[in-house]
Amino acid sequence: MTLLLKVTYALQHAVLSFPNTVPGAVTQGILWGIMAIGVYLTYRILNVSDLTVDGSLATGGAVCVMLMRSGCNPWVALLCAVLVGMLAGLITGLLHTRCGIPAILAGILTQLALYSINLSIMDNKANQPLGVDKYDLLVSQRYVRNLDLSNPILLTILILAAVVGILYWFFGTEYGSALRATGANPHMARAQGINTKVGITIGLMISNGLVALSGALLAQYQGAADVNMGRGAIVIGLAAVIIGEVLFGKVFRNFALKLVAVTLGAVVYYLVIQFVLLLGLNTNYLKLLTATVVALFLAVPYWKSLAKPKKQRVGGDGHA
Amino acid sequence: MLELRNIHKTFNPGTVNAKKALDGLNLTLHDGDFVTVIGGNGAGKSTMLNAICGTFAVDEGQILLDGKDITRLPEHKRAQYLGRVFQDPMMGTAATMQIEENLALAARRGQMRTLRPGITRAEREQYREQLKILDLGLEDRLTAKVGLLSGGQRQALTLLMATLREPRLLLLDEHTAALDPKTAAKVLEATERIVSRSGLTTLMITHNMRDAITYGNRLIMMYDGHVVVDVSGEEKKNLTVEHLLGLFSQASGSTEVSDKMVLS
Repeated sequence: MTLLLKVTYALQHAVLSFPNTVPGAVTQGILWGIMAIGVYLTYRILNVSDLTVDGSLATGGAVCVMLMRSGCNPWVALLCAVLVGMLAGLITGLLHTRCGIPAILAGILTQLALYSINLSIMDNKANQPLGVDKYDLLVSQRYVRNLDLSNPILLTILILAAVVGILYWFFGTEYGSALRATGANPHMARAQGINTKVGITIGLMISNGLVALSGALLAQYQGAADVNMGRGAIVIGLAAVIIGEVLFGKVFRNFALKLVAVTLGAVVYYLVIQFVLLLGLNTNYLKLLTATVVALFLAVPYWKSLAKPKKQRVGGDGHA
Repeated sequence: MLELRNIHKTFNPGTVNAKKALDGLNLTLHDGDFVTVIGGNGAGKSTMLNAICGTFAVDEGQILLDGKDITRLPEHKRAQYLGRVFQDPMMGTAATMQIEENLALAARRGQMRTLRPGITRAEREQYREQLKILDLGLEDRLTAKVGLLSGGQRQALTLLMATLREPRLLLLDEHTAALDPKTAAKVLEATERIVSRSGLTTLMITHNMRDAITYGNRLIMMYDGHVVVDVSGEEKKNLTVEHLLGLFSQASGSTEVSDKMVLS
């Protein structure tokens, strides 16, 4: 009986406090969503699993915070963060395409190396603060419940719209189409004269540039860069991609909308996490929970394919 | 003009699995030649095509196209001269992309890919016309994903893509082998139409002796990694399957393999 009471109380508490946390969860979700779009580009478009992400997210945060601490304009700091993130992608790309290292391992190597690099960017400290009172932050957690233009959610949505717009345009160009072909069928791409090695490298650069952008914005949002801020980012990215596909895959067919779906996936992820935390889950178990959920979602399509094997589609259907 | 000079290729050299796939291969194709290639399993037919495409580097020898040495050119750079249709219908197209997107990619084979739009309205009209040649009704399905097409439709589309920009050399690697007989016949007809329309220099591997005799102006037979029979002109026209088998046993010194060839 007491257990039932406890559960009821926890649930009531969570439901009552939940609305308060929604603005924060949504903003955080969109910021992480930009990173998830980067993951989507490699995982779904290029068909490469890139683990650089865990390192390049923190790199973006570190570069942005250190530049702003030394008086740099926040927009310039963002741009520099993106460029350094792209450099990280370039390294992974070169390790993979020019040194013959499998993509997953190449990403792990870069990610590991980035840990040292991030520390040295941050003056060998694991954490560097960026106080909202001292610096002119583009987005800050403090104003997330404000009902005016200082609310970070506005700029966050604008930046997301710009990212989606640019990517939509780019993947419709001759070169963007070639990148999509590289991921869809590398044999076909090479037969059409596409340099798939360069393509994969450029794709990794774009992806990690976005991840670093997300890291830079997140660092501003929470008012600090942390060397561990990217730990598990790839899993959160995958979670966002999968949640987005499951919830909106049937409705959102257009490429731009698919990118929006990924971001919405990240928002849903953060809302759920927020709710679970309000229920009283120990934050230490958060990553275990995330990993379990992602593993399940990745496994379900496989189990489904075992249950009813697909018909072979070679051979034509009469009027072929 | 394509020239293969003394090409050698061994897979897994120095291991128990070492396989000499090409062994002193010499072949010269003249402009407008439509050559059918036959030979038993492991004769080196596909390996020859892949060597021309640059899928792997050859151990020895030279590949010349229009007098230019392309032996060391990477695969994607050679693609500007070559049109390819693979044996596997899944290989030649991007399944998750639309029919028109696949065609637009092929239309830019060998060209700089820029930040201009990947496909223009004028192109769409052109593709609609081109697809009519295939006679499969694909001209009304420009925006359909290629993954929705049947194997035969995909092979026909790949064929069109390979020839959308006129290649110096068209390479067909048993492109009808995975299709049912009716579909295979249709794709072969389309092949004949497209090749003869602009007199493309073509190498077509086939397992079907009758097709090898019917199509093209020249026929070569491979055995043990090189060409053992090379007939053209009147002599080719008068070939029969029996005659071909005779030539084969003469060249290889055995009748056993030839039976397998007919059956497969």
